[in-house]
Amino acid sequence: MLTIENLHVRVDGKAILQGINLEVKAGEVHAIMGPNGSGKSTLSHVLAGREGYEVTSGSVTYAGKNLLDMPPEQRAREGVFLAFQYPVEIPGVSNIYLLKAALNAMRRHRGQSELDALDFLQLIKEKIKLVEMDEQLLYRSVNQGFSGGEKKRNEILQMAVLEPRLCILDETDSGLDIDALKVVADGVNSLRTNDRAFILVTHYQRLLNYVRPDYVHVLVHGKIAKSGDADLALELEEKGYGWIERQTAAEDAA
Amino acid sequence: MSAVSQYVEEYRTIGAALPGGHLPWLRELRERALTQFSAGGFPSPREEEWKYTNISTIEKKRFRPLPISEPSAAVESWLKNYELEDVWRLVLVDGRVAADRCRLDGMPDGMIVCGLAEALTKYPNLVQSHLGLAAGRENHGFIHFNTAFFSDGAFVRAPGGQALPKKPLQIIYLNSRPESLATVRNLIIVEPNAALELVETYAGADEQSYLSAAVTEVSIGENAALDLYKLQSESTKAFHFGGTYVQQARSARFRHYNFSFGGLLVRNEVHTELGHAAECLLYGLFLAFGRQHVDNHTLIHHAQPFGISREIYKGILDQRARGVFQGRIVVHQDAQKTDAEMSNRNLLLSENAEIDTKPQLEIYADDVKCGHGVTVGQLDENSVFFLQTRGIEEQAARTMLTFAFANEMVDRIRLDGLRGSVQAQLLALFSKANLHQEWL
Repeated sequence: MLTIENLHVRVDGKAILQGINLEVKAGEVHAIMGPNGSGKSTLSHVLAGREGYEVTSGSVTYAGKNLLDMPPEQRAREGVFLAFQYPVEIPGVSNIYLLKAALNAMRRHRGQSELDALDFLQLIKEKIKLVEMDEQLLYRSVNQGFSGGEKKRNEILQMAVLEPRLCILDETDSGLDIDALKVVADGVNSLRTNDRAFILVTHYQRLLNYVRPDYVHVLVHGKIAKSGDADLALELEEKGYGWIERQTAAEDAA
Repeated sequence: MSAVSQYVEEYRTIGAALPGGHLPWLRELRERALTQFSAGGFPSPREEEWKYTNISTIEKKRFRPLPISEPSAAVESWLKNYELEDVWRLVLVDGRVAADRCRLDGMPDGMIVCGLAEALTKYPNLVQSHLGLAAGRENHGFIHFNTAFFSDGAFVRAPGGQALPKKPLQIIYLNSRPESLATVRNLIIVEPNAALELVETYAGADEQSYLSAAVTEVSIGENAALDLYKLQSESTKAFHFGGTYVQQARSARFRHYNFSFGGLLVRNEVHTELGHAAECLLYGLFLAFGRQHVDNHTLIHHAQPFGISREIYKGILDQRARGVFQGRIVVHQDAQKTDAEMSNRNLLLSENAEIDTKPQLEIYADDVKCGHGVTVGQLDENSVFFLQTRGIEEQAARTMLTFAFANEMVDRIRLDGLRGSVQAQLLALFSKANLHQEWL
């Protein structure tokens, strides 16, 4: 589904990603871990198409197409979804309006007709149960006055409604209490299917207690320094990132 | 001959035919105003309160007061765009009441809605006791010009002491003819304990240049309430001056909603003086595209203790448009325990758009709570990106965010029908905005 080859990215003239290679297949869950400043968030933003990131070399192929050529909205319509680390507040745009505008943009792209008001509402009511969110929040401005947990649930709700094929969660677990974390994890688990893939970007192993990844990659200084299965996350939890950083430094020196 | 002396000359011809000519006090009032206008002319940027708005283009043109004539057939269809459902309606076309387009049946006892010209015949004493009262504090050329030249206007009295049916009154001022002058003078009297909802709609024929110079004087009695909505949708080539001057008695409540969308050169003034424990809310939303210039001037006098004022003005400026916000709050020495807040937030959508914003607090009492804030900014790029990641195209995302910024003010409208109508106008403006490229 997604192939990243030798990806180099600069931000403000500074090299952040320095040769990422990653292969994600449908049905897989990949966790990207790493210390602060290792380039985790840069990777998720580059995949979603944020401006201000200069790709100096390498390629990203998604479903056989060059992902880096597409504007963000086209990536979204092709099925790439980014859950934000810091969800955006939009005063004056109601949550329900956003969901409807977004869903209909997707449906038009897929050649489907727009949903009428009743069918749409029924769909939303079904999906909202998944994230245990108060229905009242649908009629409030997007994320305005939402608690941290409500904001993250709202991201998962958008994901559930839009049914993307590749879901990138950028530190969705940060700042969540244990109850909200479980709700987010349950939401992700219920969306796991054979034709959908996940990239979970996270600093801590905590989320991975609830969403078991197929692969864990450790990002250090803009490169994947180590890959493994779910056990690698446990090892990191125990030993921290220091040993991998030292190992990488030693290899670089050699 | 200068524009000012031309107008003065014109007065010699038409003055006698203006309404109220049979009333000596009014003739005197008009003559005095004409003398002041003749000496001072229109306001100029040399005056502190007009420093950001140069109206000399108005002086270069010569707008003519119209003889009474049948409005054109197109008026009917223009009116349809603005008429609200379930309202009483007073319609003025080209500065005069158009009786056959008004809907004023079933008024409660004691309620008066008619043209000012008619009121000068029927209720001269009532008019005399209010005309020039609230606007008397003001002293600039447009006020004098209006006093000398007003051809008609709205006269409204909401009686106190009885429950009025909850039906709003709409006044539509429509300008149908090119190069014309519409000088309306409105008197709104809300008697003690009465409540009134009033919608003023200023509109004009597309692409026509004319001058609409309106003065509205409002008196709100003790414990009375007025919600006044002003919707300014003049033609994109029109000149609009609209001054609203309010006196609030003890515990009077005044809510003003100022939506300024049209006009080439626009000056909106909203001035109010609060009595003991009176409250006022001033909300404003101004949009300007192309080469539009919109100036909003507000003044709140806290003259007595325990007054509360809240003011929020938002501006959206695109292309080469220019906006002005001058908001002044004066807390007089006696006005202890005043609670006043003012904010002005502006969105600049192009590098060539400009806003001059000047909030002013003048406080002469020592036990008060006052605050003000101003922001000038662009759309939040992070929000644009967020919407894109949800499949929404960049341009649509920008329009959505701009609309949301504006809609926050539209949402405050308390009349459902009006809210829908203003929202529809706003949407139409946003889709039209792209067409205004020709102005650049």
